[in-house]
Amino acid sequence: MTTAVDTKKLTMVQAVTDGMRVMMKEHENVIVLGEDVGQNGGVFRATDGLVSEFGEKRVIDTPLAESGIIGTSIGLAMNGFKPIAEMQFLGFIYPAFNQIMTHASRIRARTLGHFTVPMVIRAPFGAGVRAPEIHSDSVEALFTGMPGMKVVVPSNPYDAKGMLISAIEDPDPVLFLEPMRCYRSTKMDVPEGKYNVPLGKAARLQEGSDVSVFAYGAMIDVVTKAAKSAEEKGIKCDVIDLRTLYPLDKDMIAESVQKTGRAVIVHEAPGTGGLGETIMSLINDTSFLYMKAPVERVTGFDTPVPMFALEDHYLPSADRVVQAIEKVTQF
Amino acid sequence: MEKLFPKLQIINENGEWNDETYRSEITEELTKELYKKMLRSRLFDRKGVNLQRQGRIGTYVPFEGQEASQIGSALAMGEGDWMFPTYRDHAATMTFGHSLKTLFLYWKGRQEGCIPPEGKNIFPPAVPIASQLLHATGTAWAEKLKGTDRASIVYFGDGATSEGDFHEGLNFASVFNAPVVFFNQNNGFAISVPIEKQMKSKTIAQKAVAYEMEGVRLDGNDVFAVYFHTRTAVERARKGEGPTLIESVTWRYGAHTTADDPSKYRDQNESATRREKTDPILRLERFMKNENIWDEKWAEELHESLTAEIEAAVKEMEETPAPHYNDVFDHVFAENPWPIESQKEAYAHSRGDR
Repeated sequence: MTTAVDTKKLTMVQAVTDGMRVMMKEHENVIVLGEDVGQNGGVFRATDGLVSEFGEKRVIDTPLAESGIIGTSIGLAMNGFKPIAEMQFLGFIYPAFNQIMTHASRIRARTLGHFTVPMVIRAPFGAGVRAPEIHSDSVEALFTGMPGMKVVVPSNPYDAKGMLISAIEDPDPVLFLEPMRCYRSTKMDVPEGKYNVPLGKAARLQEGSDVSVFAYGAMIDVVTKAAKSAEEKGIKCDVIDLRTLYPLDKDMIAESVQKTGRAVIVHEAPGTGGLGETIMSLINDTSFLYMKAPVERVTGFDTPVPMFALEDHYLPSADRVVQAIEKVTQF
Repeated sequence: MEKLFPKLQIINENGEWNDETYRSEITEELTKELYKKMLRSRLFDRKGVNLQRQGRIGTYVPFEGQEASQIGSALAMGEGDWMFPTYRDHAATMTFGHSLKTLFLYWKGRQEGCIPPEGKNIFPPAVPIASQLLHATGTAWAEKLKGTDRASIVYFGDGATSEGDFHEGLNFASVFNAPVVFFNQNNGFAISVPIEKQMKSKTIAQKAVAYEMEGVRLDGNDVFAVYFHTRTAVERARKGEGPTLIESVTWRYGAHTTADDPSKYRDQNESATRREKTDPILRLERFMKNENIWDEKWAEELHESLTAEIEAAVKEMEETPAPHYNDVFDHVFAENPWPIESQKEAYAHSRGDR
């Protein structure tokens, strides 16, 4: 027996809005705050319409101050609210880093669980949309390296809504990263009501036996294209969307590489200190004897994301990913 | 600006009346209670320094000289209110509900020292500078959204007023009319930097003007001035009339921490001679003598009983069983993610525990 579920065709940014709307309807303590999130509906329209539906007490235009937004959200979260704080761009989060690092992520540990800050920080991120300087940073590793934070990145509208709902329900602070390139790139059937996509679980997008390809966010589109090219050359890729960067889905990563014996990891964040290194060590820990070739990484460079005339050079391309796939299969 | 923000005082340095507005409320009972609380915290503080010198606790942050500021303000807060201290505000937190044992445990490096007693909203000491102003604003804002009349008080030093979070805290509180009292203890130095090098403005209270909020400057060594003026600010907050910035002008006699040597940046003889004029406990003693409510025997017995209480707290602290190492792992998230769980297992294994 199947149950019919009403769905709507939504872009990722609409799915994000819908996730907030569903949870705000269900829980009075869920509030949204940030710069321009009210009347303007956010610079990407992610909070569009929420203020007219829920009022200015729950959808709050704040002063222009990232540390202020996160710092007051910590107080609100400690005192019964579930703030969803919007950073206009991840590249603007740096003034709030102190609040996240020294308070939000560690108050549970500091007080052996007496005080907690169940909050969500939403931030658009990543290059490839021809944004001005600083707007395109991928600094997720700053936060995956921060004890006490969960970090998640959806790559499609369905996951975005389901993961945002899970993030809002999570008892700990969650950094919810929204790849700007995915905001309006596709539409997808998204259930109208509440549903969860669990945090901590990766998704297999394509089954293959020759090489495991790991990516997340905007790089999913790149690796999907690369996997298609590889397939034309007779190489079958097991494509995994990691979805949650902390904690990683260790089981699926191990299961995949133990099947294929080869891995390519793709992210647009800088290579040094990036997630790719963590995944490599995970493969080393779980699957060393299964490996038929050294793991390859295709990443952004250890450079600032350049201004957009150069950003295509910075971003991993499908060609570079195909080269990496060929390298590990020909090793 | 100094004229616009005069240093409010109720009792002067000689323990004489300067402002009789609250005369009917300044009873013998209140006076003795304040004296007791100040002496208790001073004896605690001196014990803290001694314990550090003996290696029985870690680095300790003394507050001697600031008792009136901390106790007068903490006493103005009510049940259910929120308190956001720094690492120097144990006199405030012990007045608001922390046990002496808990405070000693904090300086013994124990997480339990961050946990307030049941029903008390005392946040752990803020170690970064000025970040806690925003937490106080957030909790106060939450109370306002919930429709209660609870308020928040947050402590910070003169150096904190140079930080961005000081300004963001005041601005958010002002914009959202949050019921919060910003309680600044201007003790003259941010570690080694004197206030003249910290800011060009002559007062901290005047910074309230920029945020369209009440600014109050008071004699932070006059416990009555601190108590009554803070109480007014709290009442204003409860009535929805907005936040207040209080500058409580005081002095720390000792070092910034037990790891600091103040003789490198100021003449400690000057600090010692200030005592005669500014010591808040001495002032209250003079007042009590002037009012004929000083009783030598009472004072001696008080000294004895407080010493016994502190010694008992030290004993309790030292007899607290060592924490289990699993406390390192088990409170980072509500549920352990696999990396922490596997690190926990590996560590236990390395110790031969499983």
